[in-house]
Amino acid sequence: MSLTYSQEFKDPEISKALVARIREKSTRPLRLMEVCGTHTMAIFRYGIRSVLPDTITLLSGPGCPVCVTTQKDIDAYIMLARRSDVILTTFGDLMKVPGSGASLAAEKANGADVRMVYSIFDALAIAKENPNKEVVFCAVGFETTTPTIAGAVLMAEAQELDNFSIYSANKRTPPALAALMETDGVEGDGFILPGHVSVITGLDAFAPTFEKYRIPSVVTGFEPVDILKAVLKLVEQNESNAPRLVNAYPRAVADTGNPKARAIMNQVFERADASWRGIGNIPDSGMVLKKSFHKFNAAEKFDMSVPDTPEPAGCDCGRILMGLKRPDQCRLYKKACTPMHPVGPCMVSSEGACAAFYKYSR
Amino acid sequence: MNDNDTIILDHGAGGKVSHAMFSELILPLFDNGLLAKQDDGAVFEVPAGRMAFSTDSYTVDPIFFPGGNIGELAVNGTVNDVAMCGATPLYLSVGLIIEEGMKVFDLKRILQSMAGAAKKAGVRIVTGDTKVVPRGKVDKIFINTSGIGLLPVGVNVSGNGARPGDKVIVSGTIADHGVTILSEREGLKFDSDVKSDSAPLNHMVKAVLDSGCPVHVLRDPTRGGLGTTLNEIAVQSTVGIRLFEDRLPVRGPVRGICELLGFDPLYLANEGKLIAIVPGADADKVLDIIRRDEFGKNAVVVGEVTDQDPGRVVLETLIGGTRIVDMLTGEQLPRIC
Repeated sequence: MSLTYSQEFKDPEISKALVARIREKSTRPLRLMEVCGTHTMAIFRYGIRSVLPDTITLLSGPGCPVCVTTQKDIDAYIMLARRSDVILTTFGDLMKVPGSGASLAAEKANGADVRMVYSIFDALAIAKENPNKEVVFCAVGFETTTPTIAGAVLMAEAQELDNFSIYSANKRTPPALAALMETDGVEGDGFILPGHVSVITGLDAFAPTFEKYRIPSVVTGFEPVDILKAVLKLVEQNESNAPRLVNAYPRAVADTGNPKARAIMNQVFERADASWRGIGNIPDSGMVLKKSFHKFNAAEKFDMSVPDTPEPAGCDCGRILMGLKRPDQCRLYKKACTPMHPVGPCMVSSEGACAAFYKYSR
Repeated sequence: MNDNDTIILDHGAGGKVSHAMFSELILPLFDNGLLAKQDDGAVFEVPAGRMAFSTDSYTVDPIFFPGGNIGELAVNGTVNDVAMCGATPLYLSVGLIIEEGMKVFDLKRILQSMAGAAKKAGVRIVTGDTKVVPRGKVDKIFINTSGIGLLPVGVNVSGNGARPGDKVIVSGTIADHGVTILSEREGLKFDSDVKSDSAPLNHMVKAVLDSGCPVHVLRDPTRGGLGTTLNEIAVQSTVGIRLFEDRLPVRGPVRGICELLGFDPLYLANEGKLIAIVPGADADKVLDIIRRDEFGKNAVVVGEVTDQDPGRVVLETLIGGTRIVDMLTGEQLPRIC
């Protein structure tokens, strides 16, 4: 039998066998956190919570790049969109995120030239087609996305495109994980580590954090069999008090990751402190353009001063992102904050914990 | 009119140029006596009884896509809406709003498709209107169609007819049209054979109703997809609907593109599929009839109506878990990673 990788990891029989083993092994209450938005979605989509025993609580961590983007960064995108000399290009997720005033979708409806792209290379093409306009790309994302953004910046440099720039809110995953482990009240018994991010970073990137905190951690993929396998491994490690850092996604993730992608990323970006929505500043967790690429930095090019704005009153996105609260424990949830009228970004992005919770459970 | 000619504002001004377009281009294609009379409206005989009447506007971008174009979509869409009332669609009106600058060649292709779709559905386009607006006022062409049809005696289908114990039949694979349009939009060129499922469903509906099997609900899950339409039915009928993920018919390439972009096929548009909700005892027979139609070969029972959680649609997932299938909120947006 040949493996197509499209159906095997959705196999009902294998899934049911894994669930049976989880139920057999799990004796004490465990709080397991996933730190990738795609995992959040997959867990809801396949109804994974509904098949797990009551002993296991799954929490959604800060794994959605849109959700951790600060209101200030969103406001910066809106300021850029309002400039008549700018074509703002963005991934779809960001369109509806409310800044302190509007959203990019509202700006577009009001006449701003905001274009949704599926790849940053589409933004490059738009820049080439519109030499009299400034094309700015809203750079948001973790290690999964940052290397392609770096690649596009290198390409823009090679092609001498001087009307292209990015406004970077890119972030790194391992420092956020470490910050989470240090936060009072965050008590995780295990982490389901992100599969896509690990393809780039490799398992090794998580080793220092694991060695320091010794909390069971499993990298895995996004199909039900992947996720159930990770849960089983986390249960086994907890039951036997033998924490490990495990790669349960070897079909995509190498221990050393993708060195070439990292090299491109590190050629263009450097580490900096970054502010995470609802969580605050996390040292070394941001990726900003190096000085040598400053001409592609929209923040410098347009001499922007974006005021700090408080996050919306009552919005618990931060505590939800840290697993301290469930979405339905936020007082705005389903009242002031719904997918139709989102207050916080966790309700906007399809991978946000609140949006997923709203969509798939009641 | 030559294929290379360009549509200009004069074509919609009502003068000689307009008339020439009607008589040289439109009338020969939509060829029928009622339209040929060129009165302000069409006059026709109808037997006593009930009629169904529906309208829809079509603004799809791009206007040409694999599996069809805006023209046949506009005819099939209204034919299907009338058919979903349980009626036999008879007559259509067509309103064209054209952006100046369109090539006659393109307009002709669209009109030919409309004529072909009307013929296939067995309906006549008996009245219409053409406007041409300055560049930028519409996106190439917008089409409105309205349709009327006759309801056979005794047929009563409505979104509020679903009853616990009923089965939910879908007439074929879902999300084909939605994925096709997404793929065709700028910058998204997948090397795949997905194409729109645009098709008339009135013959299928007629065959089912003629069989005498009781049909509680008929709906075509267009915008918002199967998930949204079933939610509407669950609310209208005050019942719960339980779907089985392993039975949902989705073509491989459609599933692949959805996974890549983070879309759920349950929420993507269909333009040639219907949902039939029928008593459990009649489900096999109805399924059989639908499968005999050329557009119903992949029909399956995808779920059942229950008395649990009225107003809710619940999906039993591949791994035996459950989740709510909510109504789609707005547009689905592609995700970052």
